[in-house]
This record gives sequence, C-alpha cells and structure tokens, in this order.
Amino acid sequence: MKFPYSEKVLEHFRHPHNVGKIENADGKATEGSPACGDMVSVYIKVDPETMTISDVKFESYGCASNIATGSIITEIAKGKTLDEAKKITWKEASEALGGLPKIKAHCSVLAVEGLRSAIQNYEERHGLIKEKEPTTLAVVRRRLKKVMNPLAGLDVVRTNLVRDIQIGDGVIRVEVDLPANHQFASAIKEELTEKLETLWDIREVIVEFVE
Amino acid sequence: MFGRRVYLDNAAATRLDERVLEAMKPYFFEHYGVATSEFAYSEGVEAREALDKVRNDLSNALGANSEEFIFSSGSTESSNIAIKGVALALGKKKGTHIVVSKIEDFAVLHCARALEKQGFQITYLNVDGDGFIDIDQLRDSITDNTILVSIQHANQEIGTIQDIANIGRVCREKKVLFHTDATHSFTRIPLNVRETPVDLITVAAHTIHGPKGIGGLYVHKGTPIVKWMDGGFQEFDLRAGLENIPGAVGFAKAVELVNSEETRILQAMRDHIIARVLSEIPHTTLNGDRWKRLPHNANITFHFVEGESITLHLDMHGFAVSTGSACFSRSLESSHVIMGIGGNHERAHGSIRFTFGRYNTIEDVDDIVVTLTEIVKDLREISPLGKEPDKKESER
Repeated sequence: MKFPYSEKVLEHFRHPHNVGKIENADGKATEGSPACGDMVSVYIKVDPETMTISDVKFESYGCASNIATGSIITEIAKGKTLDEAKKITWKEASEALGGLPKIKAHCSVLAVEGLRSAIQNYEERHGLIKEKEPTTLAVVRRRLKKVMNPLAGLDVVRTNLVRDIQIGDGVIRVEVDLPANHQFASAIKEELTEKLETLWDIREVIVEFVE
Repeated sequence: MFGRRVYLDNAAATRLDERVLEAMKPYFFEHYGVATSEFAYSEGVEAREALDKVRNDLSNALGANSEEFIFSSGSTESSNIAIKGVALALGKKKGTHIVVSKIEDFAVLHCARALEKQGFQITYLNVDGDGFIDIDQLRDSITDNTILVSIQHANQEIGTIQDIANIGRVCREKKVLFHTDATHSFTRIPLNVRETPVDLITVAAHTIHGPKGIGGLYVHKGTPIVKWMDGGFQEFDLRAGLENIPGAVGFAKAVELVNSEETRILQAMRDHIIARVLSEIPHTTLNGDRWKRLPHNANITFHFVEGESITLHLDMHGFAVSTGSACFSRSLESSHVIMGIGGNHERAHGSIRFTFGRYNTIEDVDDIVVTLTEIVKDLREISPLGKEPDKKESER
C-alpha cells in the first residue's frame, strides 16, 4: 500500500499521543473552526514553580496532518518552559514528523497556533502579560477575527455576523446577527466569550443574539 | 490490515472488465490501423469497419443514429466540445447566454467560467437541499439571448438524478439547445433521445468498467457546433485526432455488459449501506435525494469528524472511498456540490461518497459498516466537537 504521508505521520495519525481534554486546565485554546475546515483544541497544565508544561492534551477535528501535528507538538512541548514551548515552530513539528506535504501546511499549522494560544491564555489568566494594553474596539475585533462564522467559512467580523461591539466599564457587549435558537448560536456564544473573557480589564462578556 | 482490498470509488474510475480487454486486444495487435487510412490499405478498412460497428452500437444505446455519435477522449472533452462548440457556433449569431446548474462537474462548470471570461453571460442555477434544480427557475432564466442549457443527468457526488425529460421540454419550448452530462448515469439510468428531447449528451467508458481515455458525445442531427480543436477531419469533422479504436471497441463492449440485473444488485448495496449507516451510526446525514439517486451512489456526512481522516483510516483497513472535505481536495475547497445543496463547510468536511461497481458484494457493505463504526467512534473521541449529548444532527 502507498500513502501520501511519511511513516511517522501515519504512526501519529493512527495512534495519536496526548489526546483528550484536561479538566480544570490552566490554559486552553481552540484554533480554527468547523467552518474553515480543521479545528484543534489544546489544554495545558502548568507547574507554577518552574513555569513548565507539566501536562498537555489536544483534541482534533481534522485530517491526518492536523492530528499528527497535534500529537507531535504536544510531545515536544511536554516538560518545556512556557517560553521554550512558545517558540516551537511548524517547521520543527513538520521535521519531527519526517515532513508534511506542503498543501497540508494550513491544516497542521493550527496545532502549533493552538499550543501558543493555550500558553497565552494561561498567561492572561495569571496576570503574566507584562504590557497591559487597555481593551479597545480594535483589540476586540482582532480577537474576534479568530472566531469563524460556520455559515460562511470566514471569521465573524469580516462576514458581519458580529453586528455591534460595545465596550464600557469592564463589560463587552457583542451583538450577533443570528436567531438565539440557531444551531450554531450556543457554540458561537461560547467561542466569543472564551476569546474575550481573559482580557485583563474585562469582567463580563455579554453576547446577544438579534435577528 | 494489508489483506483484501475493497474498492468503493467506482464513480472516479472502475476496474476494467476482462471481457472488455479481450474485445480490445485485437485492435492493439492485429488491426492496429486507423480508420483514416481506409482508402490506402486493408488495415484501414478493418479499423473503419470496427469503428462503424461500435459507433452504431453506442448510438443505439441512446436511441440515436450512428452519425449522431462521436468519440472523444472522455467526458471532459465531450463536454468541452459540446459547450464551447455551441458557444462558437451561436455566440455571434444568436446569443451569449448559457445556463448551467451550480453542481455540475468541473468539465461543465469550468467551461462556463472560461466562456464567461470571454464575454458570455452564465446563469448558475441553484439547487434545492437534495440537489434538484427548479424547473420554473430554469424557465425564467432563459431569455432571447440564451443559446444553451447544460444540466447534468445525475450528480457525480451525491447521485441526484435531474428530471431531464422536463428540462428538455422547457428547452424545446424556449428554442434553446440542451446539453446533459450523463457520465455517471449512462447505461445505469435509461436515456433515449427518441423519448427525451436532448441535443447533446456526454458519456464515458471509465464509469462502467470500460477503459479510461474514451468517451462520446451524442450530437442531435443539425445541432450547430463549431469544431475548435483543429487537425484532421475525423468524427464527422467535429473532433480532430487519431481515432482511439481499441478504446472505442472497449467502450461498446463495456456498454454491452451492463444489464438491469446488475444495476439492481448495485442498488441493493446502495440501499443496504444507507440503511445500516443511518440507523447504526449516530449523527449521520444522507446527502442527495433518498430515491431519485444513482443506483450505485451513497453519500453520507459523518458529523464532528473530518473526511480525509476517515478515508485514510478506511484505506489502512482496505477500503477505498472518497470525500468532499476541503482537506482532500487539491484546491483546499470544500465540495461545491455539498455547499450547493445548502450544506455548510461542516457538512462537506465529514462527507464520504461510496460508489459501487461490478466487483463489489453485499458483504463488502457489511464489512465497511463495521469498520466505519469503529473509525467514526474513535475519531469522535479525539474531536473537540460532538461529545455533548445535546448535539443534534444538523438539519437536512
């Protein structure tokens, strides 16, 4: 039999390491979305003494290269300090897998971004972000550009699914152009909240659905 | 894991039938002349006779006359000859508007796009949730400027069969030409030009256990077509190039070997896989109409998992199928057919097409369902989606 992937990719695809959720994770992030194609969630447990990643797990809604990259990158990251782990690149992951087809870069880079975002999430939650930028409309929009509109395959900002954003008094109010009972409503609400609630000067995120 | 292979991608290509190869062989080793040489030597006469005979057989299969059937290198070329040929013939004289459906094969869709760049106007008709065009919408889209309607007989991915008799009637009524791509339905679904008003029909051998690289085009007598690939005067001066006589002979043999009993068996496999998967594997959706679909096609979305992961796992277990997932396609675009029937990216992402052929058995279906159940369960285990009990099957 012949496969379009290296032995190493196939091995990690068949038997991915570090799969699953970590309950009460110290940091977590999801990159991609069902709309744009692949999606990956990364969970980390951090040892606060040494600032190292004591445990890391991932979940994948993706193709072989996405799954294999999730598997290898969590292997590489385990035991590393946050600063070291942040620097792991797609190239490193790809090399460790014996090479990935170029056309699959898009699917596999998500796992790398997932890990970085999970670390960022940890740092935000623990007040470790050194430069505290006040939350402005631009900051919120930048973050929401990572939330995909599952109906369109593009992010919620560019597709105008987010109709209005108001910031004031530590509260962000996001207006979404969707009926509240829509099949994606709860997923979108969760994603929007997750992306914004960690901002240091925000204490509440309100997502409203309007038709 | 490296044992028996079960090939369930017969819409992409089929295994050649040995009887087809036997019929072709003499035209490689004994009668290897070409029909163009009939007035020079006897090999040419043999070639001409063979070509005439199989042309007659194939045109008969469509209820046409033999001078209404030309050979090509396959369905892509046939559709190109038809659409670009009509555009060239009528673009200056009659009009520059062409109507196609959104879910056509790329051969038709990209012909339309290419013409659009040259100044033609194209209407891309929407289809409903099962893949059917709306006949009233079609009627309304035809204007005085319209020259051609190209709507497939059956869809390559979801198997939906259009009501081409009705479409043909509308086209006659509006006096526009009608081309249909019958690549996936030819011989499996009856189509007779004496009963169904069609001007141009694309057919091919690779879907019915015939050889690759041979196709045909029915051209209704008098249909205005300009030949655009220049060369010799072959195929009634509509398609230049050396005749592929072994291919043509193989094509005719392949058509002869298809019978309704076999089609019934394929349909039983189709119905079996649909029934088993939908009832045994949760969160699955059938793509395409349940009944008005190709007898050998099942297309199912497995929600919360990605199609290429499914196909790769199946491959390792000995099964070959295809998917509409963006990850699988070279363009990294989700299937335009699944998107066309109103599906979202998620529905395309987890869609798997099973297409049956002569060398499959009902046991193959049982085997793949068992394997699929495991694979889908495992992939859902590692998926961030679909574990919550309240996740509902997405709307059909």
